[in-house]
Amino acid sequence: MAQAQETQTNETSAGHGATTAHTEVPHDGGHAQTMFPPFNGETFPSQLLWLAITFGAFYYMMSKMALPRIGGILEDRRDRIASDIAEAGRLKQETEVAIASYEQALAEARQKAGGIAQATRDKLAGETEAKRAAVEKDLNAKLEEAEKRISGIKEAALADVGEIANEATNALVESLLGKAPTKTETSKAVSASMS
Amino acid sequence: MSNDPIHQFHIVNLFPVEIGGVDFSFTNSSLFMVATVAVTTVFLMMATGGRGLVPSRWQSVAEMSYEFVANMLRSSAGTDGMRFFPFVFSIFMFVLVGNLFGMFPYFFTITSHIIVTFALAMLVILTVVVYGVMRHGFHFLNLFVPAGIPAILLPLVVLIEIISFLSRPVSLSVRLFANMLAGHITLKVFAGFVASLGSLGALGVAGAVLPLAMTVGLTALEFLVAFLQAYVFAVLTCMYLNDAIHPGH
Repeated sequence: MAQAQETQTNETSAGHGATTAHTEVPHDGGHAQTMFPPFNGETFPSQLLWLAITFGAFYYMMSKMALPRIGGILEDRRDRIASDIAEAGRLKQETEVAIASYEQALAEARQKAGGIAQATRDKLAGETEAKRAAVEKDLNAKLEEAEKRISGIKEAALADVGEIANEATNALVESLLGKAPTKTETSKAVSASMS
Repeated sequence: MSNDPIHQFHIVNLFPVEIGGVDFSFTNSSLFMVATVAVTTVFLMMATGGRGLVPSRWQSVAEMSYEFVANMLRSSAGTDGMRFFPFVFSIFMFVLVGNLFGMFPYFFTITSHIIVTFALAMLVILTVVVYGVMRHGFHFLNLFVPAGIPAILLPLVVLIEIISFLSRPVSLSVRLFANMLAGHITLKVFAGFVASLGSLGALGVAGAVLPLAMTVGLTALEFLVAFLQAYVFAVLTCMYLNDAIHPGH
């Protein structure tokens, strides 16, 4: 590899020598105008004239045609973007107003719904309360009546207890003494012993 | 002759014109000046013909070149400088397209001749001087008197400023001319190696690979230089115009 590289460089320098030798031949033995072309004053007037003509024409076409057109295009685009942004801003504002009114309506509706629910709840609670009170009153009345009946029955039963006691006493005394006492005697004795 | 790296700069008369004993022939240089102007103008007009709100590819190239130069000018010379926009744009496009045309094989490079670049540079400097004097009158000379310099140093600084001002057209023109000239000579020399090595047989053909690779690389570099030099020329034009607009820096 290194060998190849070396040969290459040798070749290159050889080529270099060949090239310079080659180029120098026409240079030295060339015609009178082998002067370095950019410094050849003979061509200056022509170059200056044609530069003036072409550059002048170029400047004219740029300043009168091309640049106003490109500038106009850029201006139009800027205007269009600005107006589009303004339009978008306007639409956004409208949207915001719509959202605000929607939210207000929603809040009102919610409030109204809450009111209705509360009123219904209150009304139902009132009705339930009234029914409960009526039922309780009814129940109390029934309870009272029942208690009254119980106490009546109890009294009657107690009264019957006296009668039964009399009869039982009568029967006991009769079987013990062989002779029944009078009712008045028995009841007097019974009530005396019971009280 | 085909290996002569200077050959490509020769000016050939195509159509002889002589006015008052002076040779004003239409030459290959003139031809490429005309081609540069015609191609650039036709391209810009065709590309923007649609006036599309959404640009086509060609139209965006035209718009990019417009905005590129406009931003360059606005950033160095301010909004006031925009009155010179057509001028700077013309110079930039003329030099750029002229340089790029030179990259075609067998094409002539108009900017490889010092007289052309010097004429463009003088056009810039004369514009600066004429506009500066028109707008600021005597105050334009403030350009040579920087503010905040001690009185003792002032003559020296003014002298330096004057010399630097006078050397502007020279540096502006020589920079572009020398870059284009040297680039094309280098390209030609390396391409010449390829041809002369290739004629030396199998080994020579193998050896020619190196200069060929070099030529490919140089070609890419020359495209960069073609753009860069047009840009540098235009940027310096903008900065000099800024001096004409705001002389007291």
